[in-house]
Amino acid sequence: MMAQVENKTPRILGLAAVLAVTLVIYYYVFLFLREGTANAWIIFAVSLLWGIGGIWFLFTLVTSIVDLLSEKMRQHIMPWVFAAPAVLLVFYYLLLPTIRTIYLSFFNQDSSKFIGLDNFIYAFSSPNMLESFKNNLIWIIFGGGMSVLLGLLIAALADRTHAKFEVLMKTAVFLPMAVSMIAAAVIWKLVYAFAPGVEQVGLLNAVAVTLGGDPSPWLTQRPLNGYLLIVILIWMQTGFALVVFSAAIKGIPSELLEAARIDGATELQSFFNITLPYIQITIISVSTTIVIFTLKVFDIVFSMTGGNFGTQVIANEQYVQMFRNFDFGRGSAIAVVLLITVLPVVYYNVRDFGKNAKGF
Amino acid sequence: MVAQRTNLSSQIVIYGILIILGLLWTVPTFGLLVTSFRVPDDTASSGWWEVFTKGQYNFTLQNYTAVLSPGDGATSNTAATINLNQAIVNTIIMAVPSTVIPIFLAALAAYAFAWMTFPGRKFLFMVLVALLVVPLQMSLIPILRDYRVLGLNGTFLGVWLANTGFGLPLATYLLYNYIVTLPREVFESAVMDGASHPVIFSKLVVPLSMPAFASFAIFQFLWVWNGVLIPLVFLGDDPSRIVLPQRILQMIGQYATNWQLLTAGAFVSMFIPLVVFIGFQQYFVRGLLAGSVKG
Repeated sequence: MMAQVENKTPRILGLAAVLAVTLVIYYYVFLFLREGTANAWIIFAVSLLWGIGGIWFLFTLVTSIVDLLSEKMRQHIMPWVFAAPAVLLVFYYLLLPTIRTIYLSFFNQDSSKFIGLDNFIYAFSSPNMLESFKNNLIWIIFGGGMSVLLGLLIAALADRTHAKFEVLMKTAVFLPMAVSMIAAAVIWKLVYAFAPGVEQVGLLNAVAVTLGGDPSPWLTQRPLNGYLLIVILIWMQTGFALVVFSAAIKGIPSELLEAARIDGATELQSFFNITLPYIQITIISVSTTIVIFTLKVFDIVFSMTGGNFGTQVIANEQYVQMFRNFDFGRGSAIAVVLLITVLPVVYYNVRDFGKNAKGF
Repeated sequence: MVAQRTNLSSQIVIYGILIILGLLWTVPTFGLLVTSFRVPDDTASSGWWEVFTKGQYNFTLQNYTAVLSPGDGATSNTAATINLNQAIVNTIIMAVPSTVIPIFLAALAAYAFAWMTFPGRKFLFMVLVALLVVPLQMSLIPILRDYRVLGLNGTFLGVWLANTGFGLPLATYLLYNYIVTLPREVFESAVMDGASHPVIFSKLVVPLSMPAFASFAIFQFLWVWNGVLIPLVFLGDDPSRIVLPQRILQMIGQYATNWQLLTAGAFVSMFIPLVVFIGFQQYFVRGLLAGSVKG
């Protein structure tokens, strides 16, 4: 027994020395990458080598050291070799900042003076924020609601069409998910474009003129402009709802629908009495995801109107306070407000997870 | 006979509704694509549909050469300085490591949460699940302050690490859901053979989890490639680092009515994500169905 331990000690020390050297090298790699003055492609290559090979090498090294330790120590340490890197990074990038942002929200503009709840009073009473709350609510009800309804409608209808047509249809609606909101902004700015005069470049104004109306600068027309921005969200989000609903609908046992048909149920009846109840849980989870996404909507408003003309939303107001006015107190308070709005979902997720936990 | 007729008419209604919706979804993008190939005189004076209604077939590639040509800043032609080439390179440099680095770290953690025992395992995982939906905005100010002290502000390294940190909850969650369903017998027989956790992980779990890795990679790549907020805050708008969404955003301000340039630029920014998306759509859908919510 003793002999074995003695045999292992030099190896452990040797590997520990390699580890120390590796860490020093990694520190210099870090400095090199941070410096960023080398050719961009070299930095890119180094980062990939470091991000894949470097982490793999470090992992192998540390686990070989831990493997040499006594059985008891190994059982205590090994799980942390696996879990610690991710857990520490997530704590540093998400958990700790959340606490720090809550703390900052009680301080003034440059975080030098404690001002109690002033930032929250601002967050719940300033005209900008009240407008944002109202708009976010419209985004959720109209934008979220339409995404879910259209997703459900298309999924249910496409299920009854030819397989090839269904794939084509789903792809068409799904594709906007791959596009950045900024590219989407260009696409829709072109649709809403306005030029004084008769000849219109924008599709919407061309339709308006054809129907005998006058062209108008849509994006400044309250309250219609808010809905026009929401259309972009619906355009981007419906694909998500569609794909998930479609998978759920395909999961309904065909005997169930067949039985209903034999009993003389119409298509509509079997949709409302079988399909809907069967995919109820999916509808709830898709709606939750879309609501969260909609609450945090930023890019569309930021790039289309900058929050002007009565279209401000919470996430954009937060950006304005933080990076235009450099008011870290208010910016933090508004971020906390955003957090509070998603808390019910956090609670629901965690509780749900506790119930269905696999593997524990 | 009657039943068949109602069946036929309901089919017509179904196809009709879907075709109308399908057109509503695709026509805006189609307009963008057509506009990007029109000559400037046409885009300034007429809608893209006149290509079809009035047979205005003056197509050109000059808009693409204009947005892609590396600018020297010397010419008076504004289009010569758009230089989306550099922005494409920057976006690739930002997106690929941001996609690759989290996968390995998340796989390690997911394995630990699924198949190892340690104190606080359940609690830590719940914290991770809770952090899935925490808005990014909660992190921006504190991390930005740290980055200024650490000298990471405006570096690719800073953005890679930030994207890794922000992507890890989803990555770990998705990979956990996959790894936990791997059959227990596989692990048991490996343990019988005397394999240690690191060996089981690298010889069994990694090869078996490739589909899940792909699912997450598509998600993360599209999220990073299309993201605006993180590069806006941590990378800045220096031409040597600016990424595509931000460059297009600048173009919206600079070339507000030069539709042929804006549309060509937007299409350039959409090209790679669309190719990735169409090529790996199955993996993306699988990730979606695994129940993913992103913060």
